[in-house]
Amino acid sequence: MGLVARALEAAGVPTLCLTSAYSITASVNPPRAAFSDLPLGHTVGRPHDAEFQRNLLRRALTAAAAMDTPGTIAATGVTWDGDGSWKRRATPTGIESGKPVSGEPVSGEPVSDASADGDRGDTRNVRVDTPQYQYESDRLAAESGT
Amino acid sequence: MGARAETSAPIDYIALTRDRYDALGYPPYQWAELSDTPPWTPLARPLAESTVALIGSGGAYREGQTAFHWKDDTGVRRIPSADPATDIRVTHFAYDLEPAREDPNIVFPVDRLRELVDEGVIGGLAPTALGCMGGIYSVRRATEELAPAVVAEVTAMDVDLALLVPV
Repeated sequence: MGLVARALEAAGVPTLCLTSAYSITASVNPPRAAFSDLPLGHTVGRPHDAEFQRNLLRRALTAAAAMDTPGTIAATGVTWDGDGSWKRRATPTGIESGKPVSGEPVSGEPVSDASADGDRGDTRNVRVDTPQYQYESDRLAAESGT
Repeated sequence: MGARAETSAPIDYIALTRDRYDALGYPPYQWAELSDTPPWTPLARPLAESTVALIGSGGAYREGQTAFHWKDDTGVRRIPSADPATDIRVTHFAYDLEPAREDPNIVFPVDRLRELVDEGVIGGLAPTALGCMGGIYSVRRATEELAPAVVAEVTAMDVDLALLVPV
């Protein structure tokens, strides 16, 4: 998204990137970013916790409005559990989220064990080039053009 | 230095991915690295008067739209921001989708942004939000296909701020 943010900003549109992956965001160096220390897949916070999500968005937007230096990454101060203990259970692979090293899943079940490169421990889903619907009813709705 | 983060520090996903790819015998993943000063457009008005466009790269689409495929899909979906998040579907190859499918607002916060308009935190929400899918492995394709498509959509909206929500 940093590349998209840069392109928007060059086209005259101010941007703010939310992020929960500090190193990735720092690498692409977008104009404005707001970091929250949350598990991947939860950029705006906990599911069904509207005030958590609103608080994160308020803090991020307020921080963005105060930025005057391109490449700023502000910290919202929003964290998952206060002591960061979720990170001990978080994925060792970096790209997937919620895949526990051992013990209980952090947040829901891990992604499918299907692997693009055989069963060698790559836990990402196969990168197929056909639409991947959430529900079969989505497919039917899309294919019927309704 | 090991890649396993201290619990007080952000997880270094670049280091973790490098270690993981090494362990799998893959060539290193090439992250976009840009050290130049990024382009900059100042905010034109206070937040409370600003219209915000939501752009999420977590793979959000609306029921009835064609879902993203998982191999460098650089398409963009126009999602009416007045529609509730319960109409949003999510698909992506690289992260645990279950929490976002339970509550799409955690990667595509349309309900929350409407509430922030009601609170007066932001002035308005652009009628159309954009869904796309991050994890485009080609920087060239992200730069030459996805970014211009998003720019074309957003510059036609007359908004004051684009809020980008990656996963």
